Amino acid sequence: MINPYLPFPIRIEDIIVESEDRSLKTFKFVFLNPEDEEKFSYKAGQFAEISIPGQGEIPIGIASSPVEKGFIAFTVNRAGKVTSHLHNMKVGDVLGVRGPLGNPYPWDTMKGKNLLFIGGGFAFTTLRSSVVYLLHPDNRDKYGTIDVVYGSRSPGMLLYLDELQKWEARDDINMHITVDGTDDPNWKYNVGFVPPIAEEKAPKSAGDTYAIVCGPPIMIKFTLPVLEKLGYDHDHIILSLENRMKCGIGMCGRCGIGEQLVCKDGPVFTLAEVNNTPKEF
Amino acid sequence: MRILQIRKTDWAAGLEKSRKDHSLIGPVRERNNTSKFRELEVGEEPDFSITTTTMSPKSVVFPQSEVMFTYTTDKASPECNIMKVPKNDYSPRAIIGIRPFDAAAMNIVKKNFDTPDYRDPYWCDAYEACTFIGLAVTNPDSCDFSTSTNSGPFSTAGLDVLLVDTGDSFLAEVVTEKGASWMRSAGFDTKADHDAEETIATMRKEAEKKITSTVEFDNIDKKETLDLYNENFWESISFPCLNCGTCTYVCPTCWCFDIQDETAHKKGRRMKNWDSCMFPNFTIHTTGHNPRNTKLMRVRQRFMHKLKYHQSKYNQGIMCVGCGRCVTSCPVNIDIREVCKQMNS
Repeated sequence: MINPYLPFPIRIEDIIVESEDRSLKTFKFVFLNPEDEEKFSYKAGQFAEISIPGQGEIPIGIASSPVEKGFIAFTVNRAGKVTSHLHNMKVGDVLGVRGPLGNPYPWDTMKGKNLLFIGGGFAFTTLRSSVVYLLHPDNRDKYGTIDVVYGSRSPGMLLYLDELQKWEARDDINMHITVDGTDDPNWKYNVGFVPPIAEEKAPKSAGDTYAIVCGPPIMIKFTLPVLEKLGYDHDHIILSLENRMKCGIGMCGRCGIGEQLVCKDGPVFTLAEVNNTPKEF
Repeated sequence: MRILQIRKTDWAAGLEKSRKDHSLIGPVRERNNTSKFRELEVGEEPDFSITTTTMSPKSVVFPQSEVMFTYTTDKASPECNIMKVPKNDYSPRAIIGIRPFDAAAMNIVKKNFDTPDYRDPYWCDAYEACTFIGLAVTNPDSCDFSTSTNSGPFSTAGLDVLLVDTGDSFLAEVVTEKGASWMRSAGFDTKADHDAEETIATMRKEAEKKITSTVEFDNIDKKETLDLYNENFWESISFPCLNCGTCTYVCPTCWCFDIQDETAHKKGRRMKNWDSCMFPNFTIHTTGHNPRNTKLMRVRQRFMHKLKYHQSKYNQGIMCVGCGRCVTSCPVNIDIREVCKQMNS
């Protein structure tokens, strides 16, 4: 019997400090047993439990993309016991990962449609995974236009800045980068909170566009009315929920919202689905 | 229906005989007038005078605390930070005297731990090692409402053998091949008289008649989740609750658990421990945000899960077998039957 609680052993291959306050780091992991990489076959939008013996486990969205091979990557905010310990670990250290867990974004349903990604703060990880997947030559033709509205507090808090700039230069994706505020006179992108920037820049929908929204609760709260105004139906607005988790496989019971378990039935839900469940997230 | 007869004078010897290929687990009295299921020592008999043990036998397959993995955090070791599966004992065991409602609870909990997507190997392996030798309830406790929950006093759902106490002997209804195998192993092979089936049916009717408390939950299924969730009655239902969690610990169908690492001197183990939706820590996020931050929300979660969510999700009744333990154990007399009535009305 496969033990779904048993982590795959992984080694830290690289650590990239992502933010100016050093609270966000991207960890690149390689599998100790190469055959485990195949077992960890994932799609953009899924998450995994990073497992550090003696510290515990944390559910984190997968930031690397299925089209990137030979490693997996997670961007981790230093917040609690496990993440603080992880932030102090070094290249070469061994730990574990369980997954992939949960459902990805509905890639089959979204085929042929336009896509709008709205991200805020460090909740851009699975969106990064998605964009890298979509921009791959094998996948780009399968979807319509791609718009990305991504904002953070300041330029130094934006994740994956090099990649954002590369995407900015492409003509098959429309980037709308924004920061809440900056005193950098050379800042060439938008200044403003995500919801108003989305209202100004995001494409209207006539049922042909899906919006995938990931960000802090306050951003989501003010973004949803904007999307409604732009014509997005509730079943075309896709959210990725977070709740406290332990098992990640629908058994330990703590991430439940009504009949649904965020870990197994989610974390990806449409707004229409979320509207029908208790708001316990 | 295959029915055998076991004379009580042969009972103890048969039990001992079955130990050659089964360990035995049964109900026993503990200190302070509490009772539970645990492994029986050689010569020790299960105490059939207890109808509803204080703690349910769920711990037989779902221990309160269980080692999932062991590990070392010693960097000098090549195995540093790599989880090892412990060698757990899953040799055959017979659960003697489990009551029909508790066996029915096993079937409910199985839906959680044995799914098409994932199987919890600890629960599944322990469950498969068990042969459930049930004992029919002939004198139901006052809080028993199992006839309402499809797990009545003579129900064989989840059992391998059902024993019926007829005074100087047991009638044993053999339900599964696993049960037949234990009966052979114990040397119980005397065919019961031709009227045994009738005797069981009569005793069953008598026992069912003694259960006077009932619940109805058909309307709960028809109601919208959010309508029930937003009802005003949660305020009064949850008002006396202390969030002590006793109801979840004694409940045979409560399966929520926690995973915790324990390390000492660079050696450690990852544990699976019972948890409870009554505790704020169950759901609190690292940020301090708690999606169920009030007592009302936690009490509501427990009843909604048992009586609404489970019913809607599986369409196989409620997540309750009517054992009455939560009713008897609650220090402030919260009664699931009353809650069910309010939700169903």
